[in-house]
Amino acid sequence: MENYILTLLIFLPVLGAILMLPASKYIKVPNIVKYIALATTGIQILLAAWLYMNFDPSLSVMESPFTVQLKWIEHFNIEYFVGVDGLSIPMVLLTALLSFICILASWNIEKKTLGYFSLFLLLDAGMMGVFLALDFFLFYIFWEVMLLPMYFLIGIWGGPQRHYAAIKFFLYTLFGSLFMLLAMIGLWYFTAPFNGGDGTFNLIRLIELAPQIDAQLWGWNVQWLLWIALFIGFAIKVPVFPFHTWLPLAHVEAPTAISVILAGVLLKMGTYGLLRISYPLLPGEVVAFSYTLAILGVINILWGAMCAIAQIDLKKMVAYSSVSHMGYVLLGMSAAVSPSLAGAEAGLNGAVMQMFNHGTITAMLFLLVGVLYDQAHHRWIVYPENHENQELAGKLAFGGLASQMPIFSAFVALAFFAGLGLPALSGFISEALCFIGGFSAFRLVTAIGTLGILLGAVYLLRAYQRVFLGPLNSSYADLKDINLRELGTVVPIAFLVLLFGVFPKPLVDMVSSSISSLVSIIQGAM
Amino acid sequence: MNNLQSIQYFLPELLIVQLALSIIILDLLSLKRWVNICVYIGLGCSALLLCQLSSPIDGFHIFNGMLINDSFSYYFKWIILISTASIIVISNYSKELDREYSVEFNAMILFVLLGMFLMTNSIDLLMIYLSIELVSIPSYVLAGILKNDKKSNEASLKYVIFGSFASGLMLFGLSWLYGISGSTNIYDIYNSLALVESPYMIYISLMLILVGFGYKISMAPLHYWTPDVYEGSPTVVTAFFSVAPKAAGFAILIRTFSILFTDANSLSVNTFPIHNVNWSLVVAVLSAITMSIGNLLALKQDNVKRMLAYSTISHVGFMLMAFSTTSVEGNIGIMFYLAMYMFMNLSAFFMVIHVENNFNVKNIEDWSGIGYKSPVLSIFMVLSLVSLAGLPPTSGFVGKVYLFRTLFATEQFYWLGIVAILNSVISLYYYFKIVKSMYFSEKVIEEKENIQAPVYTLIVLFSAQNILFYMYWSDLYNYIKGLF
Repeated sequence: MENYILTLLIFLPVLGAILMLPASKYIKVPNIVKYIALATTGIQILLAAWLYMNFDPSLSVMESPFTVQLKWIEHFNIEYFVGVDGLSIPMVLLTALLSFICILASWNIEKKTLGYFSLFLLLDAGMMGVFLALDFFLFYIFWEVMLLPMYFLIGIWGGPQRHYAAIKFFLYTLFGSLFMLLAMIGLWYFTAPFNGGDGTFNLIRLIELAPQIDAQLWGWNVQWLLWIALFIGFAIKVPVFPFHTWLPLAHVEAPTAISVILAGVLLKMGTYGLLRISYPLLPGEVVAFSYTLAILGVINILWGAMCAIAQIDLKKMVAYSSVSHMGYVLLGMSAAVSPSLAGAEAGLNGAVMQMFNHGTITAMLFLLVGVLYDQAHHRWIVYPENHENQELAGKLAFGGLASQMPIFSAFVALAFFAGLGLPALSGFISEALCFIGGFSAFRLVTAIGTLGILLGAVYLLRAYQRVFLGPLNSSYADLKDINLRELGTVVPIAFLVLLFGVFPKPLVDMVSSSISSLVSIIQGAM
Repeated sequence: MNNLQSIQYFLPELLIVQLALSIIILDLLSLKRWVNICVYIGLGCSALLLCQLSSPIDGFHIFNGMLINDSFSYYFKWIILISTASIIVISNYSKELDREYSVEFNAMILFVLLGMFLMTNSIDLLMIYLSIELVSIPSYVLAGILKNDKKSNEASLKYVIFGSFASGLMLFGLSWLYGISGSTNIYDIYNSLALVESPYMIYISLMLILVGFGYKISMAPLHYWTPDVYEGSPTVVTAFFSVAPKAAGFAILIRTFSILFTDANSLSVNTFPIHNVNWSLVVAVLSAITMSIGNLLALKQDNVKRMLAYSTISHVGFMLMAFSTTSVEGNIGIMFYLAMYMFMNLSAFFMVIHVENNFNVKNIEDWSGIGYKSPVLSIFMVLSLVSLAGLPPTSGFVGKVYLFRTLFATEQFYWLGIVAILNSVISLYYYFKIVKSMYFSEKVIEEKENIQAPVYTLIVLFSAQNILFYMYWSDLYNYIKGLF
């Protein structure tokens, strides 16, 4: 079992997707495709849970019983090398959880169900692959494989501007990842002299080899160029400030479940890639770049929050809040160069935890917005000035929903409070750790960054007030409260948000030992 | 080796000549229904002969130093034979072609096939010129085979004018070489070139020859004929032009330039341009221009065939990138990529033929709804397009990695890598215009789809290679490496 579990986690969804084709044709049960998808992701969650039960955080990747290392393409030293450690396990759990929940959340998709659910499962496989791959080539392949299902999922099942959103998302990510491809091949060749003439894509081996690179190209240090190329690739995915413009469009146009996956998992791939590849391989450049990273993080926090304040579309506001929240992760990551070891570990722990917590919180936000949209068929906070019905333009769209949909409003309140970092909810702990780490490294920048919490409160509370409080808007008197299936999607997440808010120990235990070894690599390069 | 002894190594070519002549005679005798069987059996036999001959061998000269018989040429012959044979099969099912002239069509294709075979192993200036002309002249006829179609006639005429211009310039370049050395065998010429003091003479002849070869592989700035000819020719012919002659063109380009104009006088070592005549930089710049022009102009196209023509140009640019490194890795990369490129490009073109046969299709917008009308083939079409764009999980990605790899392996022209990357991003956009059209529109197609088994099989078979070569390519790579 130990040997197969990771491979199963990755390829089970592919199997499910393949199974759907004959099933949809020969088994005449309504919604058979959806049941297969649900079963596949259900088994995946059980496997992930089993993995979590048997996971020993004190073992390194090479000692772990789950690691599988097989030759794939010998002359190019490409391996099928998958393994799990403290960095990846929270992401694996998050992916499994959100995939399952998203299948539930897509239950009312009626258009071309076979295509939707098979593509969704392929996407799931790609995401798992990214978080489990320890060979750069394998990592890159999974990274790119995800783009294709995503393109179709946004482009066929999305909102009115879906075609543009899909291709923009695709081109942006491709642009970044091709730089990553160059860096990957570059790493192979520039480390070859230290590895007996033949390079490698093995990310564990490269931790030793990459820092030895000592070459110049166009008058630049090669390590620096590699860092920049990798950073462009990952930064577009995060997205870091100047590269973020694909995000609101894609998030808003995508169907609810896909927005959840985009914000909950895909964004984390950027920061995960930085922590998995750039940080251990190029620690010298991390030291040189961390101040810029902190500044970029703070710009993300503030810019995202200010854009969120300006939005009158609920989903767009949530999308910009993701930009802001990913800024905390960057700030926490930049703390790796903090002069105090405790500060560095706090920052990185905070970053990894924030990746997980933001994944859950933002998933909840998108799911809840989706619930409202399914009934009201729009999600304006305030009608836009150019609304087709000029009488409504500029007026409040909702209002007083709390009395009409009390349970729903309570969950939204929970999600909003978690989003603005209220203590006793999971967002607070990770954001606080990011700030603690950041403050120990870059005081002024971090101090400016804390303004983000204030701005976060502004847009979330204002939106809550406008939509849920006040007198009930009479045109929405027939809205029904959240139903059982929708409850099934948000309750598990809400439970995690509450749990990790008061008892973050399981999360900390998972990640901390991997973080310490990462910190020691970075600190060793200072 | 003298002429009589050489014949045993020349059997596939002889068989093709025989085949081309005999089907013309069959047609004269009104035995047209035997033509197809005859062609299939003949090509099968020449494949068997190739099999027998192409075991890895050290090269040796045949026909008194006119041709060389080596593994390098056999690899290209395989690519050329497979793509030509599949074109001949497909041509029987194309609605565009006039049944009345099917024998002429087959005979012309077979003559081109012969020419392309010779292109892969010519080592004499005369043979180089003759083989290129043997490919070109029947190609002019093929482009104009739709006698009553204005565009086809225009394509043919443009092709003739451009072609004769380019081959004239090439001939002039070849005459310089003869003037320098007094010999027509490229190995002898190399020995004289090594003694030449003024690099300018080499430079002039090299550039003029590059014009001739570049025209054949549609390298910028000699690509102007490509879109017009591709658009005007029947789609089967376009598919043919886009793969086999490009492979032959690269074979002759690599062989002639590696032997004549490098320090090593050989295909199988990493080397540098002769006498510091820095033509590899010229090729690198031309490669950047070729891929950029191909991609940028493809963006604007509405006609699928025209768009695929520009995409061919950009792929040629990518392969030139590897060629500019004048290294074994570069040659291996090109040969590897050509195999991938053959499968992905042909399967895309076969899908175009299938769609044209069934639905009234000219422009990209007309493809809307096809994704739901013929779901299986469309999935394979998407696979081919993804492969053309060079994304995983397809062999196009693997091929591209090996092309990029050559830059790092030889530590030169890193900037070309960045140009190539930007071009990859651009190319994705226009390939996905087709995908978008196929899937993102709600249009329902009323026309009935008539599935022809051979077309269907070939599309599936060829695009399945995109996945197969992506999952495991070690053996192909090792095989190519073993040829040097």
